[in-house]
Amino acid sequence: MNLGRQAFHPFHLAHRGQVAFLFLAVIFALLTVQFLRLQVVEYDKYQLKSESNRLRPVPLTAPRGVILDRKGRVIAENIPGYSVLLLAYRADSLRAMLRRLEPFVTLDSEAVRRILARHRTAPYEPTLVVKDAPFALVSALEERRGVLPGLVIQTEPKRLYPDSGAVAHLVGYLGEVTEHELTTPLFAERHAGAIVGKVGLERAYEDSLRGSDGVRFVEVDALGRVVRDEGAEALPTEPGRIIHTTIDLDLQLFLDSIWPRQYRGAMVAMDPRSGAILALYSSPTYDPNAFVGGIARERWNALNEDPARPLLNRAISTRYPPASTFKLATALMGLQRGIVRMDTHMPQPCRGGMQFGNRFFRCWRPEGHGSLDLVGAIASSCDVYFYQLGLRLGVPYMLADGDTLGFRATSGVDLPGEIGPAYPSSTEYYDRIYGRGRWTNAVALNLSIGQGENAQTLINMVRFYAGLANGGHVPTPYVVAPRVPAPPPMRLSDSTFLTVRQALINVVESGTARGARLADLHLAGKTGTAQNPHGDDHGWFVGFAPAEAPTIVVGGIMEHGLHGTTVAPYVARIVERFLLGAERSQGGEFVPLAIPRDSAPRPRLLDSLPGGPTADVIGRLP
Amino acid sequence: MSRFARLDRPLVLITFVLLAYGLLVLYSAGQTDIPTPAAHAWQRQLVWFVAGLACAVVAMRFSPRVLEWVAPACYAAGLLILVVTLAVGTGAGTAASSKSWLAIGGVRLGQPAELAKLTTVLMLARYLASRRVPAASLRELLIPVLIAAVPAGLVMLQPDLGSALVFAGILFAMLYWAAVPVRFLVLLASPVLSLVLAFSTWSWGVWIFLLCALLILWRPFIWEGLAVLGANLAMGIVALPLWQRLATYQQHRLISFLNPDVDPRATGWHIIQSKIAIGSGGFLGKGFTLGSQKRLAFLPAQHTDFIFAVVGEELGFVGIVAALALFLLLLATLIRVARRCPDPFGSLVAFGIVGVFFTHIFENIGMTANVMPITGIPLPFFSYGGSFLVTCMVAIGLCLRLAREGKELGYREV
Repeated sequence: MNLGRQAFHPFHLAHRGQVAFLFLAVIFALLTVQFLRLQVVEYDKYQLKSESNRLRPVPLTAPRGVILDRKGRVIAENIPGYSVLLLAYRADSLRAMLRRLEPFVTLDSEAVRRILARHRTAPYEPTLVVKDAPFALVSALEERRGVLPGLVIQTEPKRLYPDSGAVAHLVGYLGEVTEHELTTPLFAERHAGAIVGKVGLERAYEDSLRGSDGVRFVEVDALGRVVRDEGAEALPTEPGRIIHTTIDLDLQLFLDSIWPRQYRGAMVAMDPRSGAILALYSSPTYDPNAFVGGIARERWNALNEDPARPLLNRAISTRYPPASTFKLATALMGLQRGIVRMDTHMPQPCRGGMQFGNRFFRCWRPEGHGSLDLVGAIASSCDVYFYQLGLRLGVPYMLADGDTLGFRATSGVDLPGEIGPAYPSSTEYYDRIYGRGRWTNAVALNLSIGQGENAQTLINMVRFYAGLANGGHVPTPYVVAPRVPAPPPMRLSDSTFLTVRQALINVVESGTARGARLADLHLAGKTGTAQNPHGDDHGWFVGFAPAEAPTIVVGGIMEHGLHGTTVAPYVARIVERFLLGAERSQGGEFVPLAIPRDSAPRPRLLDSLPGGPTADVIGRLP
Repeated sequence: MSRFARLDRPLVLITFVLLAYGLLVLYSAGQTDIPTPAAHAWQRQLVWFVAGLACAVVAMRFSPRVLEWVAPACYAAGLLILVVTLAVGTGAGTAASSKSWLAIGGVRLGQPAELAKLTTVLMLARYLASRRVPAASLRELLIPVLIAAVPAGLVMLQPDLGSALVFAGILFAMLYWAAVPVRFLVLLASPVLSLVLAFSTWSWGVWIFLLCALLILWRPFIWEGLAVLGANLAMGIVALPLWQRLATYQQHRLISFLNPDVDPRATGWHIIQSKIAIGSGGFLGKGFTLGSQKRLAFLPAQHTDFIFAVVGEELGFVGIVAALALFLLLLATLIRVARRCPDPFGSLVAFGIVGVFFTHIFENIGMTANVMPITGIPLPFFSYGGSFLVTCMVAIGLCLRLAREGKELGYREV
């Protein structure tokens, strides 16, 4: 038997042992190469996977920027709040957890649907369940963390408006971003469930106020249960920018405090030189704090269904017939066109009205004013004088000049929701409405006293009066910064400017001998009483002071206020408060202003006015 | 010279280093952020270690001659226990759905498959040692193949594919050590290769072509050659029905091995998470007990089948290389023992044990690193498991005895 056939000869064993070892060494080398690949070459990839395995990002909401008034007082700020989030891999486990939440949180089916929708958009992030949770709820849930493995409690800055209703229409309110909004560029970087400004300053300056959200990580196990709250270095939030507004909070609060609650309406105070808004108020108001953390459905419905429409910002989103406040515009048109001078008398003296065609147009004062010049007509708001001025101007000129004076343009205030005024662009409007040749110069009569097819927002009238106060320079109203450049100034010669101003001073002064308290400053202004076929008339007053060098222009409208004289004392108090300070105005007594009653006549109602202004017009055009 | 002085010190040392390493990693595997049954596994493993030590000392007392004599009885007993397990076995642990545990009165005694591995080694050694002349034909391999196939088949019925694979490892290792020509081993393995390659008609065609070339080159007996070819063709044909008869989880495991991302949250989960754990460990690891994949339960079976991923995650590439080096050193030492055995039976037993260890190590580590499909098979000295630890230690005990035999006879290599 030779060596080669001997299976277990030590020589052969040694050889086979070497081959076997070589084989093993090769296999182990291959394994080592594989581990080298996984752990060294592809380390970054698996490191990332491991981190995203164990960490779930929780978005950190940046504190919104603080909104300050002109003196640095707080209009809107943030206080700490809590929100409750749930982390779940699948919709059914989220549902199960929501059921376990039931004893503590009442969630209707709509809320559950919204929560599930949020979960769908980002299943690996915790889903917001309760925004602005009360502390009692948070501590109750914290105790039951055992049965709520995906619970994440997040401290979040919560918006607070210390003066709630007083600043409501100014600051607006917050709300969850809608699916539609998410598609717009402003909200392109926001995620579903983000809280954004809906109206007012919160919306207008959303971009600056929101800051940039951060993120923190919670560590989860393989089943998505939260193991540790601080999983990794967080990306800090960047607070939103502070917004310095031109608002005088003291004046704003004062305005809120003196506003007669029985009236709906609005008031705007503005610095005529710059357009800086000092106060902006609309009544009835609402509590913007109620919107923080999601408004309850019933409350939202109540706000929306309230016939008083508290959510409507009457200073910028409602049109009213400007009534007698428009007479200054008519006067200005006449002066600019050279049709009248300040001392021009009209051929027909006022005898309590005027016959035009087959209609008798009354003056507000049945006894009549007699023969007046323009200054006197403005002071006593004589309708008959302006009827004749309107006839002299003619409808085409009135429409064209109204356009030039800005009655067809929005004021451009930096608040969202401003609606444009309604003022016909040309006579074609009347052709369309009544038919060619089927309307008469009676239209001019109506237009001349601010009735007819003319409806203006309060802010727009305030802007016009600011132009008058300024000597023609029409500012763009703003709360933070002018959004659009000011329109070209009115053509207003110095003499015209001074006489118009004198006429406006006279409006107030002619009967103010008794107004001792305002003796040391001159208020110039104009009342107005807008015809309202649906009820009591709306009262207007727009005025500025000190008349010689105006620093404040205030406009107010009170729905169903019957008369401009209802509004004027409130405007006077605002002016007084602003110019003379709190000490002088704390008497509580109204300044006894004697303001002439003026009421535009009630022309016969036109049957209908198709294609008229939007439904936002409260006082339907006669 | 005392008996202890004649111990094979390198083997003892390597074994104890591996045991200590394994126990440390097992301890770490229980350190998680959420409650896990593995929390105290290391303590139980310590108890098993003591038991294993006792068994190893007892095993060392058996002379190879006695072992050779009792081998058939042991083998028969092993088969009997496997049959009994099939009848009354229960599932547990990572093999919850299979009948791989033997329990008496509700107390689980262990997995008989582990014991059967050693008895099969003994039986094969006895048979192959009796044949001093290497096999000259495939037909002569029929009996050793049957010796391994019967317990493998019984284990496969549990079903436990991983352990069945170990029997194949034992068979091939021992046939190789018994000087069976490599070409016979290739032809013997060819039907299995044919089965695997039948996944794709193209690869299977290439294989059949290659096989024909090999048959012509090696020129076995004509009938044997035809039988091998026939078996290969048959395997290619039955591949599909066989695939369909596989349990769904077995199918998924095989698919997931090829592409874990097919179903990442279910069947691909194990392999994906294992790779992430190992990969994220990097060069130096995340630190002992600090692996996040393990701590947060992303890594499944972290104390049994996937314990090597814990090594990779927490101790990094350095820890992996250390473990691999220790294992290679162990295998090399065992080969040396086999080589220096004075008689063929002892030599074959030692090399059979090399086969057991190697199959376990390669399959388990390959599985965690995604170079082998997932078959639930433990890693020697690391994975938690009583009967397996005891089996490993008994195997080492046997090898120590064999090493001493060689030493006492003054055996030296040529």
